[in-house]
Amino acid sequence: MTPRKDLLDIASLTDAEIEFVLANAVPFKELFKRSVKKVPTLKGQTVLTLFYEPSTRTRSSFEVAASRLSADVTHFDIESSSVVKGESILDTVETLESMRVDYIVVRHKQSGTPSLIAKNTRASVINAGDGWHAHPTQALLDAFTLKEKLNTMNGARVLIVGDIQHSRVARSTSLIFRRLGMNVAYLAPGSMMPRETPVKIPQFGNWTDALDWKPDVIYLLRVQSERMDEPYFPSTAEYHKNYGLTDSRLDIISERGLWLMHPGPVNRGVEITDRGMNYAKSLINQQVENGIAVRMSVLYWLKPGAGVSP
Amino acid sequence: MIESSAPQRQLLDASGVDRCLDEIAQAIQMRWPNESQLALVGVYRRGVPFSEALAAKLRARGLTVELGRIDITQYRDDLKTMTVLPKLEGSDIPFDLEDAVVILCDEVIYTARTSRAALEELLDFGRPRCVQIAALVDRSGRELPLNADYAGIRVDLPAHERVSVRFMDADGRDEVFIKAWEKKSASP
Repeated sequence: MTPRKDLLDIASLTDAEIEFVLANAVPFKELFKRSVKKVPTLKGQTVLTLFYEPSTRTRSSFEVAASRLSADVTHFDIESSSVVKGESILDTVETLESMRVDYIVVRHKQSGTPSLIAKNTRASVINAGDGWHAHPTQALLDAFTLKEKLNTMNGARVLIVGDIQHSRVARSTSLIFRRLGMNVAYLAPGSMMPRETPVKIPQFGNWTDALDWKPDVIYLLRVQSERMDEPYFPSTAEYHKNYGLTDSRLDIISERGLWLMHPGPVNRGVEITDRGMNYAKSLINQQVENGIAVRMSVLYWLKPGAGVSP
Repeated sequence: MIESSAPQRQLLDASGVDRCLDEIAQAIQMRWPNESQLALVGVYRRGVPFSEALAAKLRARGLTVELGRIDITQYRDDLKTMTVLPKLEGSDIPFDLEDAVVILCDEVIYTARTSRAALEELLDFGRPRCVQIAALVDRSGRELPLNADYAGIRVDLPAHERVSVRFMDADGRDEVFIKAWEKKSASP
């Protein structure tokens, strides 16, 4: 497989590239069982995490992945950096370019920022979430997780529940699931349902109809508390009652043996209950573990400066 | 670099490969006659069928042999200069490495960079009592100070030629041949 410079979204990946990243994640995951959980694949390379939005798990997942590949890992601390003093993104990138970092992992609230950065650096850029646009490594790890569990992905049904409209996870994950032959449907309040989708995706307004669609996997999105004050958002209690995975809905899902996923971090009592967190077929912890393996596979594949004239 | 259309010449035919395997097996048996923790670890790709063929010879001689395999890709020192990245096969050491006598099996030892990577990876799995190297073909041209403890045939070739090994299980026949590389760019 030819290496690429950047990973910005799922849409720009070929089927062969998706397959390559998912297949290579298997041997990277095998490493976690060894006494030395580390390989020298990225020895001498520097991976920098540049997060303009708060994140704990995605950032640390990238940091663990890079460390297990023997890269040097640095975090560019936005809070204490000159960004708060008004430095533009491109000035920051120029600074990083001078530091000769090899990989930049970016999260930004503005869609398209990782792409802007990628155009202005030789370093490989990985989009770790930009606005409502994309979160490609989340999509890849979700696909990897289901690939491990499902006998066949072709025709499997995934119900994504929550604020679809404002979710980059829903966008990227729907895309990759469909690319891999799965069917996707959405369950959300009308105010959180996307107005238009590139392809026809079944949309449901209540659990009864959604479960009649016979999903194999329930994928809960995080209720973004930072958006709770916005007018389209129902109250937390109302959301839980109508769209959350309540204990009675969990009973149905459990009876049918459906898989449960969530990109984390979860809001207990909102989209899920304490009991839901302990559900036997929950894949939430496996998503976290697989996230490291998949991000190692992405770092293995990307090559700083690939396709750029010297 | 790409393979040229230049004719290839045979170095070993099937009986030659078989004879080399016998000689290597005999040498291993002489060195480790009563070893209870002997293991062969094949280095991807052709080191794997080589280790399997060698294990069959050793078992026929009454020795107990464990088998493992190593994919050194994650340990290569030239990954970020490669224009095409290999798919990872994964490594598998399904036996207890602690205190084992391990023979790393590579079909050809040449610069020893593969052996270096394989050795480094093996030691990340645990602490064997002893590690040795077996190669069907020992080609001169070391770039690192590692040598084969067991070798079937020794050759000295100009840099533009390559040694290619085929095994029955992987390729349908046992054979070693020499073929010219056609230089497309600087050496890999």
